[in-house]
Amino acid sequence: MKFERFGTGIIKGLMVTLVHLVRHPTVNQYPEQRLNMSRRIRGNELIWSRERCTGCGTCAKACPQGAIELVTSTVFKDNKYNVETYRVDTGYCIQCGLCVEACPFDAVFMGYSYERAKYRRNDLVQTNDELLESPARPVSGYFHPEIAKGLPDQTLLVEKIVEKRK
Amino acid sequence: MKGLPPDWPGGYWWHWLFFTVVLIAFVLVMVLGAIYIERRGMGRMQSRLGPNRTGPFGLLQAVADAVKVLLKENIVPAKADKIVHWLAPIIAFAPVMMIFAVVPFQDGALLADLNIGILYIVAVSSIATVGVFMAGWGSSNKYSLLGAMRNVAAVVSYEIPLVLSVIGVVLVAGSLSLNDIVLAQDIPFILFQPLGFLLFFAAGCAEINRAPFDLMEADSELVAGFHTEYSGMKFAMFYLVEYAEAIAISAIIATLFLGGWRGPLLPPWLWLIVKIVIVFFVMVWTRATLPRVRIDQLMALAWKFLFPLALINLFITAVQVLVWPDGLPWALIFLNIAVMLVLVILWSKLFRLGWGRLEV
Repeated sequence: MKFERFGTGIIKGLMVTLVHLVRHPTVNQYPEQRLNMSRRIRGNELIWSRERCTGCGTCAKACPQGAIELVTSTVFKDNKYNVETYRVDTGYCIQCGLCVEACPFDAVFMGYSYERAKYRRNDLVQTNDELLESPARPVSGYFHPEIAKGLPDQTLLVEKIVEKRK
Repeated sequence: MKGLPPDWPGGYWWHWLFFTVVLIAFVLVMVLGAIYIERRGMGRMQSRLGPNRTGPFGLLQAVADAVKVLLKENIVPAKADKIVHWLAPIIAFAPVMMIFAVVPFQDGALLADLNIGILYIVAVSSIATVGVFMAGWGSSNKYSLLGAMRNVAAVVSYEIPLVLSVIGVVLVAGSLSLNDIVLAQDIPFILFQPLGFLLFFAAGCAEINRAPFDLMEADSELVAGFHTEYSGMKFAMFYLVEYAEAIAISAIIATLFLGGWRGPLLPPWLWLIVKIVIVFFVMVWTRATLPRVRIDQLMALAWKFLFPLALINLFITAVQVLVWPDGLPWALIFLNIAVMLVLVILWSKLFRLGWGRLEV
């Protein structure tokens, strides 16, 4: 004979909700409070390093969406390519990270930031200097453990819920 | 008019006007409070915060919702029965307001001290179902009609245990007037009638379509049931009815079982409000805890569980009142609680919901 059937199940359930009522909520108030993202997040942007890029085009070949466009010219003197245009249509980008994994010279990184929505489609197409790393565009540790080490640990809960908008 | 002070200026009509205005204001304010308690309380029970942006601690959320709903377009379906569709919210709302006419806020402080008060409540509260059915019928929508049909079936079934458990209280108090019932409660009747309270609470929740018996307006299966086709002001009326009914049932439970306005220190009307809020909180609590029942489970619970227990409760109460006609002794409290536990366990043994669970 199990007592769950005789009303104790209901009482147990009521106790669970009562405990939840008095304990701390587990949600966070998003725009004001932010959790630390995963150190290996594949954020909503691509970061490109002009110094390391050799213009080999491996990233463009790896991209399943064909979102990366590369225009190079040859520099005969140094026997290498000069990257004239490196253009990413982030509207097509699916944040798969294959370009980062494919790059033989570690010249492409996923971004650490996530709120990268734009008001116009043209703004989604980013070219050359717009793709460089900057304080506003930090680099994620995806496929680069040495970068991940320097980033803050991911948090799953915030300490104190703030009730009201500032 | 018993509730009328002898020096009241203007007599009957002042009394009528005063209590009508006070009751309407009371119901509206309590509904706003109830919505806040329900949304915040349920939010915390589900480990979230609930509305907290509008005003201090989200207190104005209900006001903001009301303003939003009032500004919305009033859409009536092309094939709807226009008059029925238009009348339904009003017919659902009026009886809920009428219930409060007989709830005493203090000794004699009520709109009408009817000597058949509780019978009046039972009669009037059933009319709200007509409004709900009109809404379902007039909307020309199969889900609305289905929800309304379920509502009618549920209310017809749950009215019986509801009334039978009320009779127990009436027997102990010896009066149908709510004012006299409160005056008779030197010990709150929840102690003399624990089983009756349980039955009344369950049947009351089903009567006003609150979870876990809210399958007549189950948003996930019936897209909100009878008020699917309502928008704007008329939807606001139904929303108001939903919470006003919850407040009304809470007020009736507080009056019948918890001693109404009686209590130490605080003024009587405040005691009544405190008790209403407590009962309403228990409703929110059960809503946040229990999953919704199926329609066959709903009917089975009414007819196989609540109805026989209500009859037995009535019988036991009648015997007790016959044996001790001058007032029930203290010791009966323990006996009645023991009887309640035995009966609930016994009936749970006989009664299985859905036959779906195997005992291992």
